[in-house]
Amino acid sequence: MSSFRSLARAMFLGFRRDRGALFFTIALPLLFLVIIGGIFARQSTPRSKVLEIGSVPIVDRMPADMRAGIDRSLKFTRSSDRNAALEKVRKGDYAAAIEQSGDRLVVHFSAADQVKSGTVQGQFEGLVQAANQAASGRPPKYRLEAQQVEDRSLKPIQYITPGLLGWALASAGMFGASTTLVTWRTKGLLRRLRLSPVPIRSVFAARVTVSLGVALVQTALFLGVATMPFFGLKLAHYWWMAIPMVLCGVLAFLALGMLIGSWAKTQEAAQGVTQIVVLPMAFLGGSFFNIDDAPRWLRIISEIFPLRHLNSGMLKVLVRGEGPASVLPQMGVLLGFALVATLIAVRVFRWEQI
Amino acid sequence: MPNTIVARDLRKRYGDVRAVDGVTLSVEEGEFFGILGPNGAGKTTTLEIIEGLRQADSGEVTVFGRSPWPRDPALLPRIGVQLQASSFFERLTAREQLRTFGSLYGVPDRKADAMLETVGLTEKADTPVEKLSGGQAQRLSIACALVHEPELVFLDEPTAALDPQARRNLWDVLRAINTEGRTIVLTTHYMDEAETLCDRVAIIDRGRILRSGAPATLVRGLDAATRISVAGGVLSEDEARALPGVDDITDDGVSLVIVTRDPSSVVAALAGRGALDGVQIKGATLEDVFLELTGREYRA
Ligand SMILES: Nc1ncnc2c1ncn2[C@@H]1O[C@H](COP(=O)(O)OP(=O)(O)OP(=O)(O)O)[C@@H](O)[C@H]1O
Ligand SMILES: [Mg+2]
Repeated sequence: MSSFRSLARAMFLGFRRDRGALFFTIALPLLFLVIIGGIFARQSTPRSKVLEIGSVPIVDRMPADMRAGIDRSLKFTRSSDRNAALEKVRKGDYAAAIEQSGDRLVVHFSAADQVKSGTVQGQFEGLVQAANQAASGRPPKYRLEAQQVEDRSLKPIQYITPGLLGWALASAGMFGASTTLVTWRTKGLLRRLRLSPVPIRSVFAARVTVSLGVALVQTALFLGVATMPFFGLKLAHYWWMAIPMVLCGVLAFLALGMLIGSWAKTQEAAQGVTQIVVLPMAFLGGSFFNIDDAPRWLRIISEIFPLRHLNSGMLKVLVRGEGPASVLPQMGVLLGFALVATLIAVRVFRWEQI
Repeated sequence: MPNTIVARDLRKRYGDVRAVDGVTLSVEEGEFFGILGPNGAGKTTTLEIIEGLRQADSGEVTVFGRSPWPRDPALLPRIGVQLQASSFFERLTAREQLRTFGSLYGVPDRKADAMLETVGLTEKADTPVEKLSGGQAQRLSIACALVHEPELVFLDEPTAALDPQARRNLWDVLRAINTEGRTIVLTTHYMDEAETLCDRVAIIDRGRILRSGAPATLVRGLDAATRISVAGGVLSEDEARALPGVDDITDDGVSLVIVTRDPSSVVAALAGRGALDGVQIKGATLEDVFLELTGREYRA
């Protein structure tokens, strides 16, 4: 099969020397990952700023463990000027100002940001109750325990990585396939290869092989960057199932791209139509936000996009720690997509520009 | 000798245009065959039907006794094709390009590199195809057609973009290939090229073959005048007109041209006057046959 190997080599070199393709398939998605992942990595929930007017013993003399909890959501600043403090709250620079006179804790707030002021009031209500209860000298009877439904270590990076990777694979696969096919036809390479004894499916197989290889490199780079301590992605136990998952997804994208490339007469048409498919697919496929939050009808529509199935499968094995068998349905759907799109592409396929 | 190509009454229309309108031809094994004709005559379409790139609307064609349409993989290794428009893998160097094409036919890299040398592109081996000049790209395209040493070679205007040196070098290459017994079919607009290279030519216009045969036979069949030019001032116009067998005279000051159908009498008379210095004699050429058959006016 040396003609297959040299075709694949030729196509790989053609890809590697194409600066534009390298930028759009490798650099740009990584840049997105670094920027968006970087934003989330630095972002702790913003703390509300609270002014202490004079001394506030109920805050200052809190037990250390309670103080640590409060400090996670509130940031205290001392102020001796009462009027200036109230003015700052009025302007919205601070969420609240507190003062204590004897047993009375007064919380000054502004209705401008109701969510913030509500949160702050709730915090102090809890604080006062805890202080009352401590003063009674009896252990508390009821306790409230808040538990997040996700795995406690789940961070935004773990949603972002599979989503952005899916988007990167989809655009690389679809643009790569559709524009390559149109270029081959308009530049006359297809008809020239038709006159060589190599079957045309070998030519396509070589191109698909190169694309699959590029996709694996994309995946490795993505996971490599995301798992760096700064970004903090933690891979689930069966993460390696992402490899067959990615291959199935890319096959589906390539088939869709070839379908577009078979139909389109010009490079512009191919790029335009690919864009029209890729963009909505990236949004509805859940690459940029969590599609599970979307209305039901939107979620149903999103099922027609292969990227949706790739994303949900990748989330399962990369992040949620589900077993290999859990993604078999997704892989099946993706292969089905690939098969159907290929069959249609073969029917639409044209050798000649005119 | 067995016929390598047999085409009978080929027809192909594009809408209202009859690109090929009843072409019948045969090419023998080892023959060097030329197809001549003005732009849009149907040369490329005829070639592409024979190569198996396009399907004729009607008519029959066989190559090595087999039908080239639908695509016949058993036929393809035996033919080499240079298409009128060069087509390459993107962003490969000349050497990589030729090696890749060679590998499609199982040709080792070493042989592909030798072919690069043959078409004089060794210096450009590491240049990406996008940066080759028009003529260099043309030579690479020809090399791609020849790299697997096919028994039958189709060349569509192979020398169109070549400089005089490259043209002569390519002629040598093609002659050498032909001498090995391989069959060559080419189209060209250069009549001198057809005259020197081709055993037989077919002149085609508006999709029909107007005449075919050996170039010399076609020229002889044309009852064309010979033009004898003498350096200006050697002979006056009146003296020239008095010579035997003269049909017409033109004098542009630099040289005086005598048109005649009896060149031997004119030359003998010139010799008698000692006026042979700098004489040039031009017989009819294939170009005259071509123009006679296809006319002089431009056509779309
Ligand atoms: N794909 C096509 N679609 C429509 N018309 C075509 C097509 N290919 C060729 N033609 C027409 O068929 C006629 C013959 O074209 P062809 O390319 O065979 O000419 P040619 O003899 O090779 O000319 P040239 O010397 O310019 O290469 C022309 O009138 C051309 O316009
Ligand atoms: Mg032509």
